[in-house]
Amino acid sequence: MDSFGHDHSHDHPHQSDDKIHAYYQILGQALKELLIEKGIVSASEIQYAMERREATTPANGAKVVARAWLDSEYRKRLFMDANSAAAEFGIELPTTHLVALENTPKIHNVVVCTLCSCYPRDLLGLPPAWYKSKAYRSRVVCEPREVLKEFGTLLPDDVEVRVHDSTADLRYLVVPMRPDDTDDLGEDALRSLITRDTMIGVALAGRTI
Amino acid sequence: MRGPHDVGGLDSGPIDLAEYSLTFWELQIDAIRAVIGSKGIVSTHENRRTIEQFGHEIYDTLSYYERWTAALQRQMVDKGILTQDEIDKKVAQLRIRFQETGDLEGP
Repeated sequence: MDSFGHDHSHDHPHQSDDKIHAYYQILGQALKELLIEKGIVSASEIQYAMERREATTPANGAKVVARAWLDSEYRKRLFMDANSAAAEFGIELPTTHLVALENTPKIHNVVVCTLCSCYPRDLLGLPPAWYKSKAYRSRVVCEPREVLKEFGTLLPDDVEVRVHDSTADLRYLVVPMRPDDTDDLGEDALRSLITRDTMIGVALAGRTI
Repeated sequence: MRGPHDVGGLDSGPIDLAEYSLTFWELQIDAIRAVIGSKGIVSTHENRRTIEQFGHEIYDTLSYYERWTAALQRQMVDKGILTQDEIDKKVAQLRIRFQETGDLEGP
């Protein structure tokens, strides 16, 4: 991945590519300025949206998952209606149907968006570059165990792997299994074990993470 | 026939796991798209459709947010909100500003 987040790899930077990248950066700025000049959007709306993006992190998803680890009633609500359960933490996903996926000793869930990059942004922030990459999107649906290995995640053969392909309207949150050795931990400490990758399903939650 | 976005099940190499922080301009395009979406000017579905209709030449050459930028341009022209002519003029102005100041943002 080069600094422009390209899907394909380059051995050498090409000048023509640099020109293309420079053009789109200028084009983006041009569109922004024109849309502001015409009153279609305001600079403060853009600023606010940028700040909101940066403030939305996997800590949101971790709040939901940690509560599901601790509170069996909340857990039931989460698997029944994830939008409402997220809303209990003030996390609203007005335009998306959210489904929580339960990892168990026998079933491991992993999430992809093969067609694009659909992702529960309100819970996890912006997707990582690899989630948007052609390599992840193309391979995880046909060789999930191999892909998980690249993330350092090895699953026993008797665990069923379920791959869920997201859409703009239907997005997933994986609820990882709570590690065994965490009875002594409170909610805040548990949250710190719940990383972005555990909620996409490419990693397992553990004390050593 | 598969569009260039429809990559599920295709052969591909190892996954590059490097973490990558968005640049300012990428975050800005994300934000513009969010505002345009929340105002109902271009829905997520329209945006997806625009990007899916790019041929391989555009889709495979551009980075993620470059595709979003190309899509925004097309949508604004198609909806009559901006004209290609005014976009071209603004781009030319910005090129000069960038050469003079080394900074894309205006004064």
